[in-house]
Amino acid sequence: MSFASNACIAGIYEHPLRVAPDHTVAQLHAEVARGALLDAGLTLDDVDGYFCAGDAPGMGPVSMADYLGLKKLKYLDSTDTGGSSYLTHVNHAARAIAAGQCKVALITLAGRPKSEGSSGTQVRSQWASAPDFAFEKPYSPAPLNTYAMCAMRHMHEFGTTSEQLAWIKVAASHHAQHNPNAALKDVLTVEDVLNSPMIADPLHRADCCVVTDSGGALVVVHPDIAKTLKKPVVTMMGAGETTKGQMGGKVDLTYSGLAWAAPLAFKEAKLTPEQIRYASIYDSFTITVLIQLEDLGFCKKGEGGKFVEGGQLISGKGKLAFNTDGGGLCNNHPANRGGMTKVIEAVRQLRGEAHPAVQVPNLEFALASGIGGALGTRHGAAVLILGRL
Amino acid sequence: MHRLPSPISNPENTVFLEAAQKNQLLLKYCNSCKEAHYYPRTICPHCGSDDTTWVNSDGLGEIYSYTVMRRGVEVPFAMAYVRLQEGISMLTHLTNCDFDSIRIGQKVRVVFQETQDGQKTHLFEPI
Repeated sequence: MSFASNACIAGIYEHPLRVAPDHTVAQLHAEVARGALLDAGLTLDDVDGYFCAGDAPGMGPVSMADYLGLKKLKYLDSTDTGGSSYLTHVNHAARAIAAGQCKVALITLAGRPKSEGSSGTQVRSQWASAPDFAFEKPYSPAPLNTYAMCAMRHMHEFGTTSEQLAWIKVAASHHAQHNPNAALKDVLTVEDVLNSPMIADPLHRADCCVVTDSGGALVVVHPDIAKTLKKPVVTMMGAGETTKGQMGGKVDLTYSGLAWAAPLAFKEAKLTPEQIRYASIYDSFTITVLIQLEDLGFCKKGEGGKFVEGGQLISGKGKLAFNTDGGGLCNNHPANRGGMTKVIEAVRQLRGEAHPAVQVPNLEFALASGIGGALGTRHGAAVLILGRL
Repeated sequence: MHRLPSPISNPENTVFLEAAQKNQLLLKYCNSCKEAHYYPRTICPHCGSDDTTWVNSDGLGEIYSYTVMRRGVEVPFAMAYVRLQEGISMLTHLTNCDFDSIRIGQKVRVVFQETQDGQKTHLFEPI
């Protein structure tokens, strides 16, 4: 058994709200923490490790642990790699548990970008102190325009089309129709996506994820504890994480950091991409999914467009079921950070708790991947490979 | 026309910004690994050497990728990565062109334009 498989994900919770103007962000953190601990069958008193990212209110774990009432902490981590933070947190929690540093790790995420008027067309305020921003500020780098340049280059080098990108949204919408909490529940066609307004060439409005107030939480535990709980045991089999940026000006927009991180995760899990039948793929935009499918090894570089065509990501129809909750593209992208919900749906699939219409039968292994920050400038990348014991 | 926000002056980039006021594009070059880099740093991001120096660039290159930001902004603008002859790419805007005729691979040259508060910053135009 590998090092990281000595930890299990025992609790999951996704906040049902998508607009929460009457909640504080801290309150959302507390509600998802409570939900995940109840799901696991554990209490606040059991928690001895706590993880949140840099966007948590106040001074990260210091403020949040006090607010939540965590009194027995022995291990803390506030790694912030944007939306991929939560996959990184699971990896770090698993390592800490395997090393004996803690036994029950709680990971929380929450935010209210919808109520606070956030949009993917805006420059992100948290980028303001970055060293690059001193130079890049005049050009208004935002999620949409920087991801759009990745799509434009991919189309140029590999002949990828807007129709192929649209299939990714179509697949997500097929899944979201079964999720009563999804922000967008309508089933879309390729034409619907292409007919939505062009925001930043070549990305249409429907190529983008939703902006939602919401949150989620995970509980990662030692296997000895997992065995005493009622839920099916989901174990960490392998993980990889990294960052990728402009490389001192040697910019290459055709691949993500997962090209480096995914082989590490598969090696640790002793699996190959062919053995994965369900994957939660970070879906801030359709192009984000396409580039990750290639970097994760589900197809060769440049062949992502052909891979997704014709509904190949639709559960029960295609060769790889993806984002069966509707993903960030249709269901939820809490706090503009989609990594948490990627892990949650992968665990639901492994437990057999996904909606029956999208549940992959007899699933042994699942993958979750995340891209945080901006693929077109600098980003965090993380991948988890999970298994059902 | 889109009104450009101003760059943020700091101790590491004042030379770069002052050169831009004189319509000069500077790059940082590393005397140790013999490579240029962008954005400019004191320590070379390619090799870690502190033996870096400012060099003039002709500001000639080609469009590596681009997008036209059409919605969610007051005035549409064309963002691009321009790959300079020196082999490194810069995040920038394209100007003096029809946004619908921009193509990857197009040859471009640097031009300087005033930002909202009258500072100059570099953009590129098709040749």
